[in-house]
This record gives sequence, structure tokens and C-alpha cells, in this order.
Amino acid sequence: MNKNIKLEVRNITKIFGKDPQKVISLLNKGLSKNEIFEKTKQTIGLNNVNFEVYDGEIFVIMGLSGSGKSTLLRCLNRLIEPTGGDILIDGKNITDMDPQELRSARRNKIGMVFQNFALLPHRSVLDNVAYGLEIQGIPKEERYSQALEAIETVGLKGHEHSRITQLSGGMKQRVGLARALANDPDILLMDEAFSALDPLIRGDMQDELLALEDRVQKTIIFVSHDLDEALKIGDRIALMKDGEVVQIGTPEEILTEPADSYVSKFVAGVDRSKILVAESVMKRPEPLVPINSGPRVAIQLMKDHGISSIYVVEGKNRRLKGILMIGDALEALKTGKSLEAVMIPDIPRVAPDLPLNEVIPLIAESQYPLAVVNDSGKLLGIIVRGSVLGALAISGEIGQDEIPDGKASEERDSGENIPEEKPPEKMVLIGKNEGEAGPPPAGSGSPGSIINNGIDSGPVPVEAEAKNEAPAKAPARSDAMPGPEVKTC
Amino acid sequence: MLIPRLPIGDTVEFAVDWIEGNFGTFLDLTSDKLDFLISGLKDALLFLPPELFILGISLFAYFAGKRNIKLAAGTAFGFFLIHNMGLWVLSIETLALVLSSALLTLLIGIPVGILSAKNDVLYHVVKPSLDLMQTMPSFVYLIPALIFFGLGNVPGMIATVVFAMPPAIRLTNLGIKQVPKELIEVADAFGSTGWQKLAKVELPVALPTIMAGVNQCIMLSLSMVVIAAMIGARGLGYQVLFGIQRVDISMGFEAGLAIVIIAVVLDRITQKLSPR
Ligand SMILES: Nc1ncnc2c1ncn2[C@@H]1O[C@H](COP(=O)(O)OP(=O)(O)OP(=O)(O)O)[C@@H](O)[C@H]1O
Ligand SMILES: [Mg+2]
Repeated sequence: MNKNIKLEVRNITKIFGKDPQKVISLLNKGLSKNEIFEKTKQTIGLNNVNFEVYDGEIFVIMGLSGSGKSTLLRCLNRLIEPTGGDILIDGKNITDMDPQELRSARRNKIGMVFQNFALLPHRSVLDNVAYGLEIQGIPKEERYSQALEAIETVGLKGHEHSRITQLSGGMKQRVGLARALANDPDILLMDEAFSALDPLIRGDMQDELLALEDRVQKTIIFVSHDLDEALKIGDRIALMKDGEVVQIGTPEEILTEPADSYVSKFVAGVDRSKILVAESVMKRPEPLVPINSGPRVAIQLMKDHGISSIYVVEGKNRRLKGILMIGDALEALKTGKSLEAVMIPDIPRVAPDLPLNEVIPLIAESQYPLAVVNDSGKLLGIIVRGSVLGALAISGEIGQDEIPDGKASEERDSGENIPEEKPPEKMVLIGKNEGEAGPPPAGSGSPGSIINNGIDSGPVPVEAEAKNEAPAKAPARSDAMPGPEVKTC
Repeated sequence: MLIPRLPIGDTVEFAVDWIEGNFGTFLDLTSDKLDFLISGLKDALLFLPPELFILGISLFAYFAGKRNIKLAAGTAFGFFLIHNMGLWVLSIETLALVLSSALLTLLIGIPVGILSAKNDVLYHVVKPSLDLMQTMPSFVYLIPALIFFGLGNVPGMIATVVFAMPPAIRLTNLGIKQVPKELIEVADAFGSTGWQKLAKVELPVALPTIMAGVNQCIMLSLSMVVIAAMIGARGLGYQVLFGIQRVDISMGFEAGLAIVIIAVVLDRITQKLSPR
């Protein structure tokens, strides 16, 4: 990467309160954020922040809640007015601009994507995306053609006339992204843009952002509180604490040379809890059949996807009701029973934050894939043996010294349960973020999601083999459906 | 330690007299303009033969309700009934009075609502005034209206405007204040001017709430017709008063029924006009 400086932040300070000068003088005396808040009731949003962002890189701002990430990001386009300091974009000082110049910079240079999508509810997808062009007075035809291009870029072609309320979360955020891209800005500001999405969709969106970045070469400043996300998409990461930047570096540097104990705690803490939980190894639960549909629908879905069992859910919230076997479905078709009557309601469920080492014994015992459900019973994903193996393979090196002894052996035991050579511990993650220990979040089963990080596509064959073993014991979801039976329906 | 009685009532009376004395010509001019508005609207509506008017308003209801046959049929039936009771002209007079009052109310109320949502100082002035307007018995402001504008439709209209103003201002104010912060940020982040932000983000997002205010305002205007008739406003309200004076149940009931029909039709139509 050529290291042209695109954006430079110098000594940015933001005080929320009536008398910022007093706070600054207290700061100079060396008081902490909390002490100053107790004394003055004023909050330090940012304290003397400095960094540079290079042309074409993804710069991630990371930190715990309240550390000042959003404040910093909003200072960059002056949605929040900094108390002091300079922000230079292509050498021009944003903080000196009059309202007219600032508007023009916002229209042409800096795009923004919001955490909760922030789409205009009264407008169609197309008119949302065209908003930035519309306010510049660009004639209808031209702005629509540019907007359509942006809609295509984010993969929403064909949805341009949909209403916002008809879209899923992932689609909404694509619209948000398209809206920012339509203006063709140099810099994209993204405030926790993927945090409101389901984990699987979030993974997909991260992959697509990386793919997009390869194509369009924008400078992206991305706020996140998720280390996995930061490691995955960041070229460089700035770690914030209490309104200050504690470390800036590549993902490797952050992982291997933490600047202080705060950073190392942050890295260690997030690593352990994030990587090895049920949620991070689950696959997309597709297809699903609504409980009130007839057996014919279920059979057709299984046929289309080449599977012999299917999850039954209820309502828009995907409440898990049970699993339906192809044999039972055919039976129901003959006897005219409902799905509810023939499905198996009693299937193993796990919470999304269940540690992986507790997932392993469950999946070893279970006849079916494990269903990952949240508190309200919504089906978030499923775990098949293959994906657990895949995750273990990837986190092999790190996983072993992280998991306490007893559990590590449990893990190995269950590995042996599967009559496979071995969990392929030798497979190591190679790629842009060498330190990354996370499994590919979008489900290790789908090769597409693995590509971007250059991860060796190791998990796939493992899963394939595990699959072949499965029918002997249980009707795994992913095995092919016997042909002749299908023809009877 | 007796506190002398404060001359509140006398002060108000003095102020009213003073205004009448110093702004008399201005008030007369305003009165003429408003009267022109009401009678102009009335003449325009009466210009159509009743059958055509019924057809027109039913079609309007049909399309306003997004092809709602029931609403259109109900509207047609209601206005047919009014015609049948021989209350056509009186009803149109009332309709003209109510619609002009509502129009004037909204012309003042919506901008004040928007401004007070953006300006805290103004809000702190407006809010207590609205409380006063809403709780003061409506008969009370018949008196100054009468002094300023004499007998007739105009003082009725002014009293109605005062009575119907609070919900228009309040709901507009609420609607604008309720626009999510992130959407305001969107407008700013993409480089909107203040007017663009208002026209393309704030007003459309606040529209359902503002339309609820419009609906309230029309309903309250209708509920004032009998009171306004006490200071000489024409139409159905006057007919009701007449019925009371003569203890004529039939006359009073029919006029009252006509008011109800107009209220229900206007209510449904304005509700349907609101998005979502
Ligand atoms: N308008 C405001 N007035 C006063 N204090 C504020 C304001 N906005 C933010 N703060 C304070 O500034 C600090 C930083 O807030 P900020 O929203 O930037 O945090 P964040 O890192 O984005 O957190 P999160 O992950 O929760 O979004 C917090 O202590 C917050 O309470
Ligand atoms: Mg934030």
C-alpha cells in the first residue's frame, strides 16, 4: 500500500459541558476523566487524540463502550464540533471550514454509515440511496442511474423499489452502505455498522466490505467494539480508552505487542469469550419450514436442498419448534397429518454464548445437529460436527494453551469419537491477519466466506468427511436424500 | 396583613379596550379578509348542485382511503341524509366555517409547532400559553372576540381558532422532536441545508404525528360550531341553538345529526390521508 496520508487528526479534544476551558486546565494538571467529572460534571469525550489514516486503508477504531469511539468518528465530519484540535483531509483543515465549505466536504468527500441503518422510512430504497445526490440538486435521471449503480454494488439489484420496512437487517445496512457510496466519497465513516446484525449476516457483511474495498479503494474508518471484527477487517487498529488512543497498530502488533496491560487484557478477554462459543461456529439454518405449512412444502424444500431433515419454526421470529425427518414428512403426506404432529420437538438446543468446550460433548452425543437458540427461542443457527472440527482446526494452536487442561482433554476425547484420522491440528490460519484466531464467522461450511482472509480451506474436506460418517449414526441434516423416496411424492 | 385584591379581570378588560381603541381599523380589515375567506368558500361549495357535491366528496373519500369503497359509500349516504333533511345550505355554511377555521389554525399552528421544536426559548413561551388556551372555558374568549370583531362568522372563527390551536401546535412540535437523532445526523452528514433537512427528513418523518394534529384540529373546530353560533356564526350550530330556544326536539336533533355526519366523514378522511 502506498502511504499517502488521507486524513490527519491532530490534538483533537472534545469536552461535553458548559465550561471546557476549566476542564482543559484540570486535564493539564493531570486529573483523570472520572475525577474531572466528579468536580465539574463535564465529560471528556476525547483527550488529545492524534493519528493518521492512509489512503485506501481500513482503519478500525476500537474500544469499550463509552471510550469515545463514536465521538471521535463524529468529529471527523463535525457532526460533533471538537473543542480543540485540527482535522485535515487531503491537507485541508475541516475544523476551519465555514458552513458552506463543510457542506460541500460532506457531500463529496465523506460518506457515513450508521449503526441502526438510519434509513428514511418514507422513501423507497432507490430514493434513500439517491438522497445525497438529490440534495446536491442533481437531476432525477442522473441521480437514479448513479444510485442504481450503488445499489448494484452492494448486491441489492431488483430491490430498488422496495419499501424500507420490507427489508431485513442485512439488506437495510446494504442500503445504508449504498447511500454512502452513491456520492462516491473518498472516505467512508462507519459507526458500528454491523453491530445490529445477526452474527452470521455480520460475517457476510464484513466479507463483502472487504471485497468492496478491493474494488472501489475507499478509505474506511470503522468503529467497532468487537475485536474479531477489528482483526478481520482492519489494516490498522486504534484502541481507545477513556477518550484517549492507547495504541495504534496492525492487528498483529495489537495482538503480539500490546502497548500496556489494558490492551493485553482487552485482547485476551475478547479472544477467549468471543472465539470459542457456540455462536461463532454455527451455520446458517437454511432452509427452514414454517410450522403451519403442509408436508408437501417441507418435502419440496428438502428435495431442493438435498437434505433429509429440516428445522420447523414458527412465525417471523423463527421460534424453533422441532426437526422434521423426510420419512416422517412422507408419512404425514400419506396420512394427512400436520407437521406439528410428526416432527420431533425434543431436540438439543444451546445458547449462543455456550463455550465451545461444552458444545463438543453435546454434539458428540446428539443424533441431530445442535440448534443454537436465543432467550426468546429464536433459531439463530445450527452446529454440525463439521463446523466444530473446522473451528478447532483453525484455533488449534491458540485453543490448546488457552483452554484449561481438563477441558482441553475433553475436547480431544470428543475428537476421537468421530472416527476420523484426527482433528487436523496442523492446519494453521494463514493470511492477512496472521494473529487472528477466530473461525470464519459465516459458518465454516461455506467456502465463499473463507476466501477473503486467505484461510486455508481446510475445514471443508473435514466437514465433508464427517458428513459421510454421519448417516451411519443419525440422519445428519446435510446428507443427500435418498432418490427413490422422493419420486413417490 | 391583607393583600389587596389584584385587579386581574380589570387589567384584561383594559387591555382589550386598549387594543380595540388603537387597532380598530386593523381589526376591521382583518375581519373583512376572514369574512371573505369564509363566504368565498361557502359560495364555492354551494356553487355545485348537491348531487354533484356528494359525488365529488365520495370520490375524494374513495381515493383518499386508497380505493376504500366503504368510506365512499358511507360518505355518500351521510351527505344524502343531510340533503334529505333539508339542511344542505346550513351544512355547507358550517363546513365552510370549520374548514376555514382549521386552515387558519394550521397556517399558524404548524409553523409555530416547528419553530418551538427548534427553539427552546420559544417553546417555554408557547407551552404555558397553550395550557391557558386549552383549559380556559371556551365561552370566555367569546367576549373579546365579540368586542374585536362584532357579531357574525368572524368572531366565531376566531374563537374556534383559539380553541383548536393547541393540538395543532403540540402535535407538530412533538412530531418534529420525535424525529430520531440518527436521521438528523443523516441529513447533516450528507450535507443538507437547514431547509432540506426540514423538508426532506423532519417533516416527512413527523407527518403521521402532524396529521394527527390536523385531524384533532378539525374535530375541535366542529365541536365549537354551537358555541360559535352564540356570537352569530351561521350554519348548523345556529339551528341547534334555535332548536333549544324553541324547545324543538326535531329541529335540534336533525341539526345535531348533520354535525355528527360531517364530523365522522371529516375524521375518517383526514385519518386516511395520513401516511402509514
Ligand atoms: N452529547 C453528549 N453529552 C455529554 N456526554 C456525552 C455526549 N455524547 C457522548 N458523551 C460521553 O462521551 C463519552 C464517549 O461517548 P461515545 O458515544 O463516543 O462512546 P463510544 O465509544 O461510542 O461508546 P459505545 O460503544 O457505547 O457506542 C461517554 O462517556 C459519553 O457518556
Ligand atoms: Mg458509539
